[in-house]
Amino acid sequence: MDKKIKVLVAKPGLDGHDRGAKVVSRALRDAGMEVIYTGIRQTPEQIVATAVQEDVDSIGLSCLSGAHNKLFPKVVALLKEKGAGDVLVFGGGIIPDEDIAGLKAAGIAAIFRPGTSTEDTIAFIKDNVNLA
Amino acid sequence: MKDLVAGLLAGKVRPLAKAITVVENDRPGKRELLKEIYPKTGSAYLLGITGPPGAGKSTLTDKIICKLRQQGKTVGVIAVDPSSPFSGGAILGDRIRMQQHALDDGVFIRSMATRSHLGGLSKSAVDVMHLMDASGKDVIIIETVGVGQDEVDIVRIAKTTVVVMVPGLGDSVQIAKAGVMEIADVFAVNKADRDGADKLVSELRAMLDMIKDKEKPEIFRTVAVDDSGIDELVQGIYAHGDRVVASGLIQKKITEKAESELRAYLLDSIMARSVAMTDYDEIVKRVAAKKITPMDGVDEIFAGLGMK
Ligand SMILES: Nc1nc2c(ncn2[C@@H]2O[C@H](COP(=O)(O)OP(=O)(O)O)[C@@H](O)[C@H]2O)c(=O)[nH]1
Ligand SMILES: [Mg+2]
Repeated sequence: MDKKIKVLVAKPGLDGHDRGAKVVSRALRDAGMEVIYTGIRQTPEQIVATAVQEDVDSIGLSCLSGAHNKLFPKVVALLKEKGAGDVLVFGGGIIPDEDIAGLKAAGIAAIFRPGTSTEDTIAFIKDNVNLA
Repeated sequence: MKDLVAGLLAGKVRPLAKAITVVENDRPGKRELLKEIYPKTGSAYLLGITGPPGAGKSTLTDKIICKLRQQGKTVGVIAVDPSSPFSGGAILGDRIRMQQHALDDGVFIRSMATRSHLGGLSKSAVDVMHLMDASGKDVIIIETVGVGQDEVDIVRIAKTTVVVMVPGLGDSVQIAKAGVMEIADVFAVNKADRDGADKLVSELRAMLDMIKDKEKPEIFRTVAVDDSGIDELVQGIYAHGDRVVASGLIQKKITEKAESELRAYLLDSIMARSVAMTDYDEIVKRVAAKKITPMDGVDEIFAGLGMK
């Protein structure tokens, strides 16, 4: 049987709004993916430990608190440290234009801002995930 | 595969996680992997936790993990949630309640979707239990929604099964449903902070009075959100486990478990061979057209497999 794509949807940072993360989670489920949802206020360490235990193919990070420049790269760095650098990481949330280049350079494969269709996110994951 | 096995047996996190993926997705190497680790299994305490959605199973699991960790025990958790019948996808949210343990090396939590294949969940969940067992976890908790046969099969494999109930869900119906009486070794009446807990406990007692041929499960009141009753519940679980061992019932359980594992693989294997080696689809069509009975169909399939 073909492998199910497993995605961890996580909310690092201190903001408590998880509506966007839930919408994405449901959209991914409806596209046939298995989504692990861990709730709000997760540290990068918790997110990476969860991703390793669950052996996910991809992580979607949502952050509205403005701390994305610190938190997203930290997740990617910790993944590499744990030998899980092949996990596809993407981000969402309120992220200014000028931050995007820096986040991509830090290993965040894509950024989806509010208003992006969930179809785009689904297509991106399907096209880029490493199912080896 | 050798590295994976060595890492897993040494209790390392990533090899265990990767091995679970091999088993869950029926990847090449699964057979060899299970062959290597199978002799190293059998020492973990398997604890089943089941009950209706929203009863507080994950919250209880979280609190039970805390107690077990205080006692110095390592814990594996398999948290099962249903797959969507429409898309085949799933949202696995049990971990939300357990994230305080995310950074504890002594706790390994894995979420599993039921997926669709008949009987497949129990088979792969049991194999995941074996992997966690071989990796040295002292206690393995499996959380399932108590509805389908698959879930019932899983908890049957546990040494102790806790059935979680809550006041106000149409109590007697809840109790009578899904063979809950047969599978419960211990009852947790959770959300005991709510109205109706006393009523539920007395209804349960009345139902349990009808049990004649097996030991009556103990009933514990818990409030998982504020940790009340958890000490007693954990003690009750161990007391049940001790009784299972003392009475010799454990031998029967071990044999039953082995038989059910063997049967699951046997049925799968007969099915796979029938489809691959006989005119399976053709036989189905003839049964559908009422040309032959299903029993005759089986005879034809067996003849095709060279069996009588
Ligand atoms: N009032 C009350 N709420 C609880 C208790 N235990 C769990 N809950 C809440 O019930 C909801 C469902 O809990 P969860 O553990 O996810 O249930 P599960 O679906 O059975 O795993 C959550 O909002 C919990 O906070 C309890 O003892 N009392
Ligand atoms: Mg749950």
